[in-house]
Amino acid sequence: MWAYIVRRCAVGLALLLALTLVTFALFFASPVDPARFACGKNCSEQQRDQARKALGYDKPVYEQWGNFVKGVVVGRDFPADPELRAAAPEVVTHCEAPCLGYSHLNARTVNELVKDAAPVSISLAVVALVMWLIGGVLFGILAAVTKGSFMDRGIVGLTLVAYAFPTFFIAVFFLKYLAVKWQVMPYPAYTSIEEGGIAAWMLNLLMPSFTLALVFMAGYVRMTRAFVLESMTEDYIRTARAKGLQGRKVLFKHGLRAALTPLVTMVGLDFAALLAGAIITESVFAYPGLGLLTVQASAAYDLPTIIGVVILAGSFVILANIIVDISYAFIDPRVRLG
Amino acid sequence: MTDQTIPTMGADTSSTVATPAGEPILEVDNLRMYFPIKSGGLIRRTVGHVQAVDGVSFQVPVGGALGLVGESGCGKSTTGRVITRLYKPTGGAIRFDGRDIGNLKPRALKPFRRDIQMIFQDPYTSLNPRHTVGSIIGAPLAIHNLVPKKQILSRVQELLEVVGLNPEHYNRYPHEFSGGQRQRIGIARALTLQPKLLVADEPVSALDVSIQAQVVNLLQDIQREFGVAFLFIAHDLAVVRHFCPEIAVMYLGKIVEIGERDRIYRHANHPYTQALLSAVPDVKQAAIGGRRERIRLEGDVPSPINPPSGCRFRTRCPLAQEICARQEPPLLQIGPRHKVACHFAGELGQHPFKPVTARLLGVDDQGNPDPGAGPPTELFTQPGFADTWFDIKGRSSVEP
Amino acid sequence: MEAFLTVDDLKVHFPTVDGVVKATDGLSFGLARGKTLGIVGESGSGKSVSSSAILGLHRGTNAVVSGEIRLDGNNLLALSDEEMRMRRGKEVAMIFQDPLSSLHPYFTIGNQIAEAYLVHHKVSKSAARTRVVEMLDRVGIPQADRRLNDYPHQFSGGMRQRAMIAMALINDPSLVIADEPTTALDVTVQAQILDLLQDLQRDFNTAIILITHDLGVVAEMADDVLVMYAGRAVEYGPCKEILTHPEMPYTWGLLSSAPDLTASTSGRLLPIPGTPPSLLNPPSGCPFHPRCTHRDKVPGDLCRTTLPELLPGHHREDHTKRCHLADPDTVFRTEILPNLAPELVEESS
Repeated sequence: MWAYIVRRCAVGLALLLALTLVTFALFFASPVDPARFACGKNCSEQQRDQARKALGYDKPVYEQWGNFVKGVVVGRDFPADPELRAAAPEVVTHCEAPCLGYSHLNARTVNELVKDAAPVSISLAVVALVMWLIGGVLFGILAAVTKGSFMDRGIVGLTLVAYAFPTFFIAVFFLKYLAVKWQVMPYPAYTSIEEGGIAAWMLNLLMPSFTLALVFMAGYVRMTRAFVLESMTEDYIRTARAKGLQGRKVLFKHGLRAALTPLVTMVGLDFAALLAGAIITESVFAYPGLGLLTVQASAAYDLPTIIGVVILAGSFVILANIIVDISYAFIDPRVRLG
Repeated sequence: MTDQTIPTMGADTSSTVATPAGEPILEVDNLRMYFPIKSGGLIRRTVGHVQAVDGVSFQVPVGGALGLVGESGCGKSTTGRVITRLYKPTGGAIRFDGRDIGNLKPRALKPFRRDIQMIFQDPYTSLNPRHTVGSIIGAPLAIHNLVPKKQILSRVQELLEVVGLNPEHYNRYPHEFSGGQRQRIGIARALTLQPKLLVADEPVSALDVSIQAQVVNLLQDIQREFGVAFLFIAHDLAVVRHFCPEIAVMYLGKIVEIGERDRIYRHANHPYTQALLSAVPDVKQAAIGGRRERIRLEGDVPSPINPPSGCRFRTRCPLAQEICARQEPPLLQIGPRHKVACHFAGELGQHPFKPVTARLLGVDDQGNPDPGAGPPTELFTQPGFADTWFDIKGRSSVEP
Repeated sequence: MEAFLTVDDLKVHFPTVDGVVKATDGLSFGLARGKTLGIVGESGSGKSVSSSAILGLHRGTNAVVSGEIRLDGNNLLALSDEEMRMRRGKEVAMIFQDPLSSLHPYFTIGNQIAEAYLVHHKVSKSAARTRVVEMLDRVGIPQADRRLNDYPHQFSGGMRQRAMIAMALINDPSLVIADEPTTALDVTVQAQILDLLQDLQRDFNTAIILITHDLGVVAEMADDVLVMYAGRAVEYGPCKEILTHPEMPYTWGLLSSAPDLTASTSGRLLPIPGTPPSLLNPPSGCPFHPRCTHRDKVPGDLCRTTLPELLPGHHREDHTKRCHLADPDTVFRTEILPNLAPELVEESS
């Protein structure tokens, strides 16, 4: 088992490395000149070269990539000038390992930017996850056991509605009616737990998290319904019924155990993707999470920030994959005992 | 609608194909197929092998039929797959039409792929549900570029007629046919390229009894009409007996007994063959005189990863003695067309008390090396049969 | 012979968008304690659907079940769902065809068998465990006290079926329905399992309904045989009688089409022509008539227009068949037997 985990992690690391390389290559292949962005509109040729040099974009791509990887492993200084560091250490910013880069635009390390934004995204993602899992699985099972009934059709119909409306529409709709017009909810503004306690944190998260959860919930209702229906036609369900087990025991012990296993994979990957920021939701609600950070960085062509966030998102997904695979070993004895 | 479409031919097939004249179309010589098992460690080393097929030799005559029987896990299906070169064999030779195709590269194999076709067990999963019957049957023609595009359809219709389906149905999809009809489609597809050898892997075991007979008859008609040779792999001993004049019985990757139909079914000399035959429920026997005495085999087939030493059947064999653990019994020819791999070979109830093979192997009756016994006898180990054989009762070589 | 199970005019119909599928259509039979009834038929003949009805497994689906199933005097179809559940697994148990898919992959063998015991007995888990070990031991699983912690995938096919049998018999049911219990197994394992079933039947005096397509298995196991075709019984009677004096062309077809280990190999097999009928649009009259090669012997259009009654045959009162043929015995002796078993022709004439 341990060997398996170690092997998976090694493969994950290799994947991450490849991901950074691809990200670098992609950005430098684009026709936009990042130096021009940094330098501003009225910028002479000379100033642009200067800016390019200051930002480190004059070096070949592989060297920049090498520096980046080195920074992740041991940390790095910005600017990386030992003389300057000796002469005036206060102008040099040291970025601890794992260093994701330095955003000249914000004059902060990417690590600091991420550190500020991540709790917002994580809060959103966690609350949304709880909402969509509870709602999705519950309504999915309900629809499955009442298959063909009014209830089933109603639930399935509602999921279609949730699918059909784009997230930004739902977000704006909630804002306009719940917060502005009827004022049944406060206008959401991210409040951390340290600032306002759990209640305020939660209250402010309700609306954006629900917006985010809605479309996932719709998907999970349908998946749960399909998986439960499928597992209830398995031969071992017939065996369980033939033993004389009570209907609810057949469903909850024998049926759900198998039906919900594939959901583990979905949850892991969906959650990992959300951790890296929900771009639309964060934008509409002006939540300063990773999603919003990405949007702003893209608009300004803030390359280090973009790369940092992409790597972070990638590592979330890879990590989630490993966790999902390992958890399978605990769920399914056929995996564990081969 | 099905059985009547092909005129019955009066000739007795078994007698015509049983004659071992001429070169065999297929000769398998000491074929081995091992699948590696990887360790679960950090570096995935190969820690062992599943010895699915371990030293199998046989011949299939031109236009003839060899039956391969045995229980699940005995390696009969793997043997079929290696011969069609779905796998690359670990060792040994597969001589098709005189040429060893065991080590050919995919490109060099292509012409042979035409000559060796496979019929699969499950008519429900082996046909692509999104393709029409016409395109399934016609695909091999297009791939091998054999017939001009315009003629493909007429060839497909011809084949549909041969297998007893309505030629007008070429535009239908597999799900519109019943299980038996789908197996006919699978057979038509296999016939498209006019192969010389058909490897039929459990071709009728997924079908209902009444349909099984239709398909077996169809296969016999095809064999007669097109002169195709068959390697007929099945677990149903009665079907194999009906179809094949020669039968090989496999156990745990090895052939334990091979020979003419009557030698195997009436004069089986290997205890496994005898147990297998006695386990088959027989309507007639039960209906008239109660059931025959069954030889009970205890336990399960051992793992092919770590097969027992010596004779692989010894862990379940009622006759097993010390020599069986020490010495692997050679596949010894004991009749004109009959070979058996057992130290105590003999017909049911007439097994000898002392191993018949001891002297041939140069060992004593317990299987220990015996300096007094003289050197081991040179045994005939080729596929097929020799002109002389070893008489187990007289314990000496016999010439006809 | 007092029948303790009687099935009377059992119908299981499935309404579909295309019409009603009459999977079982008017089935009647009886079975005494300690006896075995073999139900024979091809796929889609209604043999599995009928036995599921005895267990009440169609409850909660859209199947329409009618008729009467009396077990020990109680009409099972009239019981409430809860009353039926209490009998399921306790008085009637079932053994299924594919033991791998019929066992839950995520629970241990011991857990699954204990569950069958605990649902009908108010005992502690350790008492249930003791009972499970005893049963596993009884069905011939070596080191039962250790192996019960294994998962189904760690068992071989034969062992799994033994475990299924242990599960079915743990509550000492009076009726066991075995639905193709050996079809997925190898012949030598099949022989082991059939022997085991017979041993257990003797010990527990269990009645067995053995559903199979293999006449050989029926011949070795059954006291009575019921041949089903298109949802109906077409021939029913004592096993030996049916196998030696069959009077229904479908039974002849089943006997003739399968090769055996002694028949001549020079001829062709004699299949039943055509394909099994659709249950949605079954043929008019006798459902077998489109495939029957003897319908010319019946005067007029009778086979096509009229469904024959299940009537006593020519030899014995307890041998019934559904066929219009006037003298099936002669047809069997002159046309069928010479192909089937030439060695028997002289004896019986």
